[in-house]
Amino acid sequence: MKEINVSKIIPVVKKLCIDANYYAGEDLVEKIHEFLDKEESPTAKEILVLMLENQKMAAKEKMPICQDTGVAVIFVELGQDVHLVGGDFYAAINEGVRQGYQKGYLRKSMVDDPIIERKNTKDNTPAIIYTDIVPGDFIKITIAPKGGGAENMSEVKMMKAADGIEGVKDFVVDRIKRSGGNPCPPVVVGVGLGGDFEQSALLAKKALLRPLNEKNPDPKWAAVEEEILERINNLGIGPQGLGGRTTALAVQILSMPCHIASMPVAVNVNCHASRHESAIIQ
Amino acid sequence: MSTEIHLNTPLKTEDLEKLNVGDKVLITGTVYTARDAAHKRLVELLDAGKELPFDIRGQIIYYVGPAPAPPGKPIGSAGPTTSYRMDPYAPILMDAGLKGMVGKGPRGQGVIDSMVKNKAVYFAAIGGAAVVIAQSVKEAKIIAYEELGAEAIRELKVVDFPVFVANDTKGNDIYKIGVEKYAR
Repeated sequence: MKEINVSKIIPVVKKLCIDANYYAGEDLVEKIHEFLDKEESPTAKEILVLMLENQKMAAKEKMPICQDTGVAVIFVELGQDVHLVGGDFYAAINEGVRQGYQKGYLRKSMVDDPIIERKNTKDNTPAIIYTDIVPGDFIKITIAPKGGGAENMSEVKMMKAADGIEGVKDFVVDRIKRSGGNPCPPVVVGVGLGGDFEQSALLAKKALLRPLNEKNPDPKWAAVEEEILERINNLGIGPQGLGGRTTALAVQILSMPCHIASMPVAVNVNCHASRHESAIIQ
Repeated sequence: MSTEIHLNTPLKTEDLEKLNVGDKVLITGTVYTARDAAHKRLVELLDAGKELPFDIRGQIIYYVGPAPAPPGKPIGSAGPTTSYRMDPYAPILMDAGLKGMVGKGPRGQGVIDSMVKNKAVYFAAIGGAAVVIAQSVKEAKIIAYEELGAEAIRELKVVDFPVFVANDTKGNDIYKIGVEKYAR
């Protein structure tokens, strides 16, 4: 059993919030370059170049890539041999978010009541936190700040087994078609297959964490990802929806078993600033 | 698609009528920011027959909730937010004299019809150019609804703010034309 004081978590989360928003991942930069080479529309090319310039400028000026610095979605892998001491674990994570969003000049985008009052909480808390217990004596924390424009284009559909894989492909492509320029394309498309209603949505969001230069380890899903990506890029939506051949940079699938009567399919859309950063506390 | 046009605010109808979808435009002058909550309040003021916090005639509203200004800068990252959420309010503001809107993503037919009727234009700013756009903002001050935080109405002084014409005064829509051109 290893003791970890929860106060150690605060500065780590603070830094992750800031780094994820200031610095674009190398895999993302590479991917945009790759699509820029293939793009046919002059306007689309101009936009992709502007996005790359913006990423460089954000890192240099220490400003967030996008003003929508998102809801702080946090995935925790908590080693089962860790004993947390010194206070409330989730309160420590929220304190890290509070400090990161304040000290990093990041936008506070959370409202307290979702429907009636919608008053800003002024410190971007609460974070949305998912915890998995894993073997080991470490804590791995991943932050994936999620912007509203892209999140709003996400959807869960309880499909029938009879809809089959073709039905799944059609649903995902149609979801992106209906999104048009709204989610700030080029997008990254997370697809969650199976589980139950809420688990499929969580899979879709977790699927977005896979590095963009890595293929799906299962060749069966890798082929489906490639096919859906090609169909999405044939929609012509293009960067920011102004027309072009670059609508999605990647389609990423995660799947798990499900009930004999069910076939849950979830699509979680991420914008061109597909952001995530991880750290390990030992 | 590659013409670059300089526009100054307040906007003149004759300048707007020359614009075509896809034109790249650099805006210089005053631009007002407003998004969801501020739009609701502006339309409530108009419904009650009250005055708006700024003279809207000939002006541009930019749909943005900027990040806080870091020390020494007038504004933080300031890219566009998704525009369709402002669709229920936009025609009412255009009837009151609004001439330009800047945001991202397609507009509903009601907004497009109102643009034709009022000779107004919708510009697409680039989500993904938030830091570049912030560099074109020289001054920013909150003029209404400070309590809304990022959603407060700000008066921005911009120089060469880069945008593309998404809907012109003739009812054309780049989100249809551009997509049809590159679809397979």
